[in-house]
This record gives sequence, structure tokens and C-alpha cells, in this order.
Amino acid sequence: MSANAIPTPLRLNRTTGRTSSFLASSIGRKVVMALTGLVLFGYVVVHMLGNLQIYLGPAALNAYAVKLRAMPALLWGVRVLLFASAVLHVWAAVSLTRANVAARGIGYRERRNRESTYASRTMRWSGVILLLFIVYHLLHLTLGTVHPGFVPGDVYHNVVRGFQMGIAPFFYVLAMLALGLHMYHGVWSLMQTVGLSHPRYDRLRYAFAAFITALVVLGNLSFPIAVMTGLLKDRSSSRAATAARR
Amino acid sequence: MNLTLHVWRQKNAAARGRFVTYPASDVSPDMSFLEMLDVVNEALIAGGEDPIAFDHDCREGICGTCGMMIDGQAHGPRRATTACQLHMRTYRDGDEITIEPWRADAFPVVKDLVVDRSAFDRIVAAGGFITARTGSAPDGNAVPVPKAAADLAMDAAACIGCGACVAACPNASAMLFTAAKVSHLGLLPQGQPERHTRVRGMVAQMDAEGFGTCTNHFECEAACPKSISVRFIARMNRDYLVATLADRGEPASAEGGTG
Amino acid sequence: MELRSNVPEGPIERKWEKHRFEMKLVNPANKRKHTILMVGSGLAGASAAASLAELGYNVKCYCYQDSPRRAHSIAAQGGINAAKNYQNDGDSVFRLFYDTVKGGDYRSREGNVYRLAELSVEIIDQCVAQGVPFAREYGGLLANRSFGGAQVSRTFYARGQTGQQLLLGAYQALERQIGLGKVEMFSRHEMLDLVLVDGRARGIVTRDMVTGEIESHAGDAVVLGTGGYGNVFYLATYAKGANATAIWRAYKKGAAFANPCFTQIHPTCIPVTGEHQSKLTLMSESLRNDGRIWVPKKARDPRPPNQIPEEDRDYYLERQYPSFGNLVPRDVASRAAKRVADEGRGVGPGGFGVYLDFADAIKRLGANVIGEKYGNLFEMYERITAENPYQVPMRIYPAIHYTMGGLWVDYNLMSTVPGLHVIGEANFSDHGANRLGASALMQGLADGYFVMPYTVGHYLASNKIEKLATDHSAFRQAEAAVADRVRSLLGIGGQRSVDSFHRELGRIMWEYCGMARNQGGLETALEKIPALREQFWREAKVPGENEELNQSLEKAGRVADFLELAELICLDALERRESCGGHFREEFQTPDGEARRDDENFCHVAAWEYAGQGQKPIRHVEPLSFEYVHPSQRSYK
Ligand SMILES: Cc1cc2nc3c(=O)[nH]c(=O)nc-3n(C[C@H](O)[C@H](O)[C@H](O)COP(=O)(O)OP(=O)(O)OC[C@H]3O[C@@H](n4cnc5c(N)ncnc54)[C@H](O)[C@@H]3O)c2cc1C
Ligand code: HEM
Ligand code: HEM
Ligand code: SF4
Ligand code: F3S
Ligand code: FES
Repeated sequence: MSANAIPTPLRLNRTTGRTSSFLASSIGRKVVMALTGLVLFGYVVVHMLGNLQIYLGPAALNAYAVKLRAMPALLWGVRVLLFASAVLHVWAAVSLTRANVAARGIGYRERRNRESTYASRTMRWSGVILLLFIVYHLLHLTLGTVHPGFVPGDVYHNVVRGFQMGIAPFFYVLAMLALGLHMYHGVWSLMQTVGLSHPRYDRLRYAFAAFITALVVLGNLSFPIAVMTGLLKDRSSSRAATAARR
Repeated sequence: MNLTLHVWRQKNAAARGRFVTYPASDVSPDMSFLEMLDVVNEALIAGGEDPIAFDHDCREGICGTCGMMIDGQAHGPRRATTACQLHMRTYRDGDEITIEPWRADAFPVVKDLVVDRSAFDRIVAAGGFITARTGSAPDGNAVPVPKAAADLAMDAAACIGCGACVAACPNASAMLFTAAKVSHLGLLPQGQPERHTRVRGMVAQMDAEGFGTCTNHFECEAACPKSISVRFIARMNRDYLVATLADRGEPASAEGGTG
Repeated sequence: MELRSNVPEGPIERKWEKHRFEMKLVNPANKRKHTILMVGSGLAGASAAASLAELGYNVKCYCYQDSPRRAHSIAAQGGINAAKNYQNDGDSVFRLFYDTVKGGDYRSREGNVYRLAELSVEIIDQCVAQGVPFAREYGGLLANRSFGGAQVSRTFYARGQTGQQLLLGAYQALERQIGLGKVEMFSRHEMLDLVLVDGRARGIVTRDMVTGEIESHAGDAVVLGTGGYGNVFYLATYAKGANATAIWRAYKKGAAFANPCFTQIHPTCIPVTGEHQSKLTLMSESLRNDGRIWVPKKARDPRPPNQIPEEDRDYYLERQYPSFGNLVPRDVASRAAKRVADEGRGVGPGGFGVYLDFADAIKRLGANVIGEKYGNLFEMYERITAENPYQVPMRIYPAIHYTMGGLWVDYNLMSTVPGLHVIGEANFSDHGANRLGASALMQGLADGYFVMPYTVGHYLASNKIEKLATDHSAFRQAEAAVADRVRSLLGIGGQRSVDSFHRELGRIMWEYCGMARNQGGLETALEKIPALREQFWREAKVPGENEELNQSLEKAGRVADFLELAELICLDALERRESCGGHFREEFQTPDGEARRDDENFCHVAAWEYAGQGQKPIRHVEPLSFEYVHPSQRSYK
């Protein structure tokens, strides 16, 4: 315990590249998480808005799906971006979470929180739920692997049938609540992470996060609920599906 | 009034610690929290026991030496108050109080409630300065500093380096401390030449010390005895991004200047 | 012992320039061959360590706190003086020099004070360049305020945290050098002895406060910047750890101790609330600008302040000093408070307090304006006392705040031990018998940034200093002595806590050697202190062991030194048969109760030489002469 000269500094040496040093740093990884989170959550917003067409009937929704498939470059571009974002996001989340856990080996016996929120403290759990959800969701509505009545191309049918069966809709509801928590904290947290902060606009930050989260969560929740309450029915689906296939 | 304390006792860094319960009797509401501990210690000494070690010096809330987790809150329940400025009138007869040291692997316990915060010094050594060799300065008024910038810099500079932010942060992150120094110097015209190297060096050192990362819980601001704003964290993030984009992959440490 | 001030010849405004030219320089390539031990990391120590390291010297720096940033300089609130004359109100180097000499009641050395005033200007430049966030005007230029009754606005400040910001500036410069490997920092290391080889200061012995290890450090020169010794009074505005150990050990190794009885009492502190009180908190003096000080006319008036009508109140400062009123200098205000308390008219629990009332100011200016000016002070007061100063008058009382005395140094800030330099509050140099507000920070930084780099070099260049390792017998002996002492402290085996001795010592000092002193009282103190000291070494209880963090042991060592220093302070106070500045001897006052200086017999520095255990120390005298500022009686009527 003599001197406190710099001991094991992560002093970047001349050969360390800018990118690797950025990614090695806590802030760098946070920014990765924020930017990928932004992509993911941007997708979720657009996705929700697109899905709203379900209320216009099977023809409209299925036509939308067809339209998307007609633009393979865009579709695959988005898919690649989404996949890359998800991987990077999870990578950053895992590595930062591990660092955070390691930073406090011995915890407190007593602990009172003042400013943190339920959402902020459960990010890693809501994130895990989302990850599980995404895997399930792809198997469910994109690939149909776990969807007994899956009709390739009949999106309307797949959704409505999917929400009529077993525990699937309940898992969707649960996942949307997790999404709500993750998004609310994520959205304004992201702004803080990339440095968007100003005394005058900070209040707006929370309002914006709450608004966009409510929008997405309520929109998404409406689908399973509408199906379960019988608002959306599968009647016309096969006709529309044939139409779409034609 | 009479209180019951549950205090973390740990002989030294290597030893295992545990909670020990002590009575604190005849506590006057005018005492500060540390004076209450003084009284408990006098009784321990009289009884032939080892008094509770805790760090303190100025006892007026400015040196940043004191600090302990009191009932799960850094520096205790009052906002913008250090442990030495917390007065016992905050408590009622019969209260039980749990006292723990700051918990962070980057702040190893030295003894009882005393921790080693030298990591903060090393973060400063990694860039938390403006290189201005003695004697080389221009006239104090040569560079005007807009009052708003000077005031904001002062808000950040008010940090006393107590470590409560780390203690309170669920991730044991030192972002608030580091951001306060980065912002203080980065807001002033004098701090511009080294702005990029400073933030990169300090963040690299902060990471190397084993602090956690920031996930924006904002517990730090709530615990900070000087109410340092988390806005400075956003500012540092911004600076760090800009520094990374603007600089080549060069070292961010203090270099040159010795002759 | 010879006291050679070494102030250069020539007109006062040329002395420092001339001296700088005449001083020898160390060849740049040789600087890195020298090691300088810098004890203390306050304003003085941190600035010196950083500046010396910048020049290329190897520096080892020590402090007892866990970080150099926590030195007690951090607590200074008010500000720092500098003769910049940015306000165009007639300030100048000469005026600052003049005010300081006069404020010190003509007991300081003109040459040193002039240099201090000269360097004040550079300090501000240096600090601004480091990023000290001084208060600014809207135009972006530096703001000033007038402070401590000065007639010009020459005080620079950073909110109420000037000391903190200046220290952080120096600390950052120091950390930079630590990062570069030029300074090796030893935090939580307490210097317990000075090591002399061939009569020169060549090293120190420290105790690692975490492991208990007693270590030797060798160097080519030693600099002490260990702060003031006001904690000898127990209750003071100092940090709890502030101590006299370093300078006291140096004194015992041959460094003369100058004017130990010159201690300053600050009039606006928060009064004591009870036996448990561990320290006193200072409230900025600026409060006196708007607050009115009063006590009830009747002794022991039981009524709460708001129920005491105007006619039963005694605004005693306004009554006694109509022209300065509540703004009389610190010593005058303090003594007046003591007088009314002694008459039984003090207020608050225990009766050691006077009211500082803002009711009139609030009526005149509105609570908002008062809040803007003093809001944070009011808050601090309320936090400590649970009383709201907007509604009830504050209670204040004087407390020990600064020690003008310290180790004797010459113009080069070198003590009577060659190679031992002393800077900051630890030396006696610039403030005479009374320090003006906002000038301690200035002195600490002048010494550290601008004097040490030259004079240490001069010392190194003009002396042949042999290489030396810590296996030299002098180190072995000093280590053994230190270990011995630690053992004896741990082995006292009594029943009384160290704090209780410290408190008792404080009471003796405050009673007999505080704001007012007299022969009888000082003689009583000189009997009580040795008795208490003996009792300490018989009955104190120091639990624990050496090989651990042992705060009781640290305290015991410091109190043991205070118990010796206290005697020297009283002795000095007894021998100085005059009143000047902070030293008020009741026998020497004017008919209306003001201090009466005796320039005939006491226009000198008294420097005490240690004469061995149990021997009366030897009093040496350095005569003072005033060529530029002619002594006159201070009057604030
Ligand atoms: C409450 C308060 C307010 C004040 N306000 C003002 C003001 O407004 N303006 C002004 O000009 N002045 C003010 N002063 C006075 C001024 O702050 C001090 O005189 C000055 O800061 C002293 O600086 P220093 O560097 O000499 O010592 P310090 O800052 O006290 O530093 C002493 C250093 O020595 C170290 N040390 C001490 N003993 C040992 C040892 N045995 N071994 C190792 N290290 C040791 C300590 O760790 C510390 O680093 C104020 C003082 C107080 C108490
Ligand atoms: C796939 C599984 C996911 C995991 C494990 C995960 C985990 C995390 C974690 C741990 C954080 C950091 C917590 C914090 O900043 O407080 C985070 C932040 C974030 N996540 Fe996720 N997340 C996942 C999916 C998603 C999805 C699908 C979205 C988009 C809807 C998303 C958007 C965000 C955003 C915007 C942030 C904020 C980034 C920041 O604070 O800078 N995450 N995520
Ligand atoms: C109740 C709400 C939701 C419904 C009804 C829904 C519906 C659908 C449907 C029908 C598809 C298949 C589209 C097609 O094959 O053309 C799909 C794909 C997808 N959904 Fe959802 N979704 C919901 C919520 C979410 C959420 C919250 C996320 C992200 C966190 C998400 C991520 C995806 C992804 C990544 C795809 C694959 C897109 C592709 O094929 O490229 N969905 N969704
Ligand atoms: S930011 Fe606040 S809590 Fe953290 S070290 Fe500084 S003063 Fe303490
Ligand atoms: S509490 Fe921790 S997570 Fe960030 S905002 Fe503060 S450092
Ligand atoms: S002891 Fe200095 S801040 Fe508490």
C-alpha cells in the first residue's frame, strides 16, 4: 500500500485501434447497446403499425405481407440489420451485466432505492424474456414450427389462429408487459447514453418514452385481446389466403 | 434516546467480516451521526473492545472522507447530506440502524467501515487535469469564460470524491464521479485542448479499476451529498463518443511535459 | 542558534527579483538525481510537489488522509486574495502588502510579506489556467468581492468552496505528476520523525497507517506543509486529523518554533451544543455584512430572542465601535463576544453564544435577497442546529481557526535545520500576530507554486549533498525511537480514553490561553498541562495493536504531541508581555479595552529552541524592522 501510481491501467497503447478500444470500454458497449436497442425498438414500432392492418381485414394484412416479400432486398436488409442488432445488443447486455455483477462481490444487507425504477432494475430480466419471446415468436408466426394451424402466407389466419390456441396469447401478453418495461427504461436511457440531455428537454424525454412505449404495448396487446374477445375472427381467412396466393 | 446499531466489523482487508450489534445509549439529537459513533466507541474502549473504525476528517461535509451505508442508503436518509452532517434528530428512540461500508470491489474494505478509494485518484491521474505547468499561465482574464459555463463547471467541480455514487449505484459504477471531473474541465475553455484525451483516459482507467457500468439507475445522484446531476453522465457519454470519432487510436494518458 | 532572515538587500519591490537572479540553479540533467520529500498535500504541499516534479525532481509526497485531495485546505470557504486590481478600486501589490503587515499587527517580516503580495497575482493566473472555476461576471471576466473588512475588492472565490477548488487544482496537477511517475504518493502515511544526517534534514520516518509498518524515506531535502496546530484546543474549525506531529518532531530535532502563541479565533462559528461536540463549524464571515450581533441587556434573560424587545437588547459591537460596527476585525469581534458571555449575557445552551440577527436585513431587503446571498449558509446552519435563521436569530460564538505561529523560516522558507523547508500554515512566515481573511490560501499557494521551486533548487545547488540510503544509522535510530514510542503508547494500560485527555487539554487552553490571556492564568496552565501530560502517560488507554489500522493509536500520538506543544504555547504567551493581534494579554490594554502593543520591547519574532526533555526551551529573538509600513495603533472606534 505504498504509492498509488497507476497500476494496471487499461492505458490504450498506440497499436490499439479506435474501434477495439471503443468496444472494450464500458461507454462504448453502452453505446452499442443503445444504438442496437434503437434499431430494435424502431422495428418494433414499425412492426406494430404494420400489424395494425389486421383490423382492416385479412386482405389488407396479407397484401401487406406480400408487398414486403416483393422487395427481397429491403426484406433481407432489414432482417440482417435486425439480426446483427439483436446479436450485438445481447452481446453488449451480457458483457456489461457480467461486469456489473462482478463490480460488487459482496452485496449490502440492507438496501433502499431512491431513484431507480422497477423497469431500470429489471432490464436484464425483461431482456431475457424478450429474447425468449423473439425465438418463440419466430418459430410461431414466421416459420410456423410451433404453430399447429400454420398456413404459409396467410398471415391473418396465422395470427388469429395462433392467438386462439393454448397459452400462446398469455405468453404474448406477458412478453408485451416485459417489452413495456424494457422499452420505457430503454428509450430514455438510450438518450442519456448517447448524450442527449438538456435541462429544458429532460422532462420531454420521459414523456416521449412513456408515449412511445404505451403506443407499442397497447397496440401489440390489442391483437391477442381482440382475438380472445372475439373481435377478430378467422372466418374469411382461407378465401383471402387463396387470393393472396393467386 | 437509545438506539441499536448493527455494524459491519472486519479486522482487515483479508479477514472475513460480520455484523455486530451494539447499543447506543443517551444519544442527543444534536449529535452528528459520527459523534454518535464516537460515543459508542468511547464505551467500546472503556469495555476493552476494539472501537469501530470509520473514516472522517473535516466533519463539515466538504472533505469527502466520511461515508458509510446507513440503513441501505449512502450517507443516510437525508438528501444532499454527508454522514458527518447527518444529525441524530433524524432518528427516534428505539430505532435500529444498520451500518455497512461502501461495497464495491474497486473499493476494498480496509477495516470495518473504512474502504480504499484510491481508485478515484488513479482515475484523476489518468487525465483529470489541465496541463498548465507552474509559471506558464497567461493572465487570469486573458480568456473570458461565459458565466453560465463557469457556473455549470462549478456545479460539477463541487464533487467531494466521497464515493457515495459508487456505493449507491446498483452496478457499483463510478460514472458520476468521473463524469463530474470530465465535465468540470471540459466545460471550460482552458480544458479544450485535452478534452478528448482526458475523457478517453479517465474512462479507460475507470473501467480498469473494476467499477461497474452505468445503466442509468440514477441512484448516484440521489445519494450524492453535493447533488451532482446525472446530466453530467450524459455529457461525458457525448464527449466520449465525439472523442472516439475525432481521435485516432492514440493513447489517452498523460504524456510528455516533463523536462 | 542564529536566526538569519536572509532577506535580500535592496528596495522592497526588487528584493524577490534580485534574489531569484542570485539564487543558484540546478542543472536540468541533475534535477532527476535529487529526491525531495514533501510532507503534506494541502494547498502548500500539493502545489509544491507538483511544481517540483514538473521541474524534473523526484518527489515523494505524504499525507495522512486516504487521498491527497482531502487535506484540510479543502474546507476554506471565503476566498483568496490577490492584488490584481481587476476592480479598478485602487488595489496594488503595495496596498496588499501594507494591509497584510498592518493586519498582522506589525509582527511579520516586511520582505516576506511583500513577496507574498507580489506572487498573489501569479497565483490567480496559475489557478485559472488549471481550470479552477472562479466566480465570473456576466462578461466572462473574474469576479471579486471584498472580504474580512478590506476596503478593496480583491478576493477571488468559487462559491463558498474556494479552498476546495484551489486544492483540487493543485491536486490535479499533483495527480498528473503521479501518473507520469514523477511523484510517488504515500497516502495514509503519517510522518513521525525527521531524520538528520550531518546536521541536515535528510529523511523522515513514517508509519503506514494501514499496516503499521514503520518506514524510512531518504531524500536530499525535506519540505513540511503539514498545516496548523489549532487542534491543540480540541474544539476548533480544523479537521479532526489536523495535528502538530510533523512540526513538533522537527522542533525536537532542532527546528525553531516561532510565535507559537499567535493563534487566531474566528468570531462566527456555530456554538457548542454539548459534551459530545467533536468540532466546531465555521460560518462565513460575510454573514456579518448583513447580520446584527446582539445579546440581552440582562444577564441570563430566559426569554426566547423574538420576545426580547428592542430596548432590552444590547447591540454591543455597534455600541462600542460605532464606525465599524458589526464589521470590526476578527479578534476584536471575538473578544467582545467573550466579554458579554463572561458577564452572563451569552445565549443558547451553556451561555456561550451571541445572536446574529437577520430580522432587520430581511425587513430591509426581503427574504429573497438574503436567501440569495446566504441561502447555503442558512441551510448549513439549520442542518446543524435545527433552527431556521430566517425566523430566529442565528447563534454564533468564536472558535479557534488558524495558527499564525509555526516553524521559524527564513526568506527561503528554510527552517533552522538546513534542508528542512516549511511552507503553508505550518510555518510562521507572513501573517504576524493576526491573519487577514483570504490570505492563508494565498500564502500556501505562493509558497508551494512559486517559492519552493526556486529556493529548494538553490539549497541543492549550493550544498554538496551526498547520496544516502535508508540503512544509514540515523534512520535506524529514528525508526527505533518511533517504534519505541508506539510501543509505549500502546502499553500505557490505563483506563481513560485519549479523547477525554484531548478534551481536557482543550478546556485548559481555551480557558487560560484563548481569546484573552493573563499572567496568572498562563501560570496556572503551565502547571496543569504538565500534570495532565503525566496523567496521560499513566492513565490513557490505547486499545488495539500497531500492525493494523488503529485510529486510537493515531489519535494518541497526536494528543501526546499536543500535550507538549500546549506548554510551549503558554510559555510563549506568558513571555510576550504585550497585546498584539490574536494575542491579547489582559494586563496590556488601553483604557477602553483595546490591545496595546509594546513595540519598544516586543517588536520581534520569538523563536523557541528545543533544549531537551524536561528542559526549558530557549527563547531566541529575530528583531523586526519596518521600513515601509510604519507601526501605528489599530483603531476601529
Ligand atoms: C474552516 C476553515 C475556513 C478557512 N477559510 C479560509 C479562507 O476563506 N481563506 C483563506 O485564505 N484561508 C482560509 N482558511 C485557512 C486555510 O484554509 C489554511 O490555512 C490553509 O489551507 C492551510 O494549508 P496547508 O497546505 O498549509 O495545510 P493543510 O491544507 O492543512 O494540509 C496539511 C497536509 O499535511 C498533511 N499532514 C499533516 N500532518 C501530517 C503528518 N504528520 N504526516 C503526514 N502528513 C501530514 C495532511 O495530510 C495534509 O495533506 C480556513 C481554514 C479553515 C479551517
Ligand atoms: C433480446 C433480448 C434482450 C436483452 C437480453 C436485452 C437486454 C438489455 C439490457 C441489459 C439493457 C441495458 C439496461 C439498461 O440500459 O438499463 C438493454 C437496454 C436496452 N434495450 Fe434491450 N434487451 C433485449 C432485447 C431488446 C429488444 C428486443 C429491444 C427493442 C425493443 C431492446 C431495446 C433496448 C434499449 C433501447 C435499451 C437502452 C440502451 C441504453 O440504455 O443505452 N432490447 N437491453
Ligand atoms: C402481439 C404482437 C405481435 C404480433 C401480432 C406480431 C406478428 C408477427 C407476424 C404475423 C409476423 C410474421 C410476418 C411475416 O411472416 O410476414 C411477425 C414477424 C416478426 N416479428 Fe412480430 N408480432 C408481434 C410482436 C413482436 C415483437 C414485440 C417483436 C420484437 C421484440 C416482434 C418481432 C418480430 C420479428 C423479428 C419478426 C420476423 C420478421 C421477418 O420475417 O423478418 N414481433 N410478427
Ligand atoms: S459525485 Fe457525488 S457521490 Fe460521487 S464522489 Fe462526487 S460527491 Fe461523492
Ligand atoms: S446509479 Fe449507477 S447506473 Fe448510472 S446513473 Fe448512477 S451510475
Ligand atoms: S468528514 Fe469530511 S465530508 Fe464528512
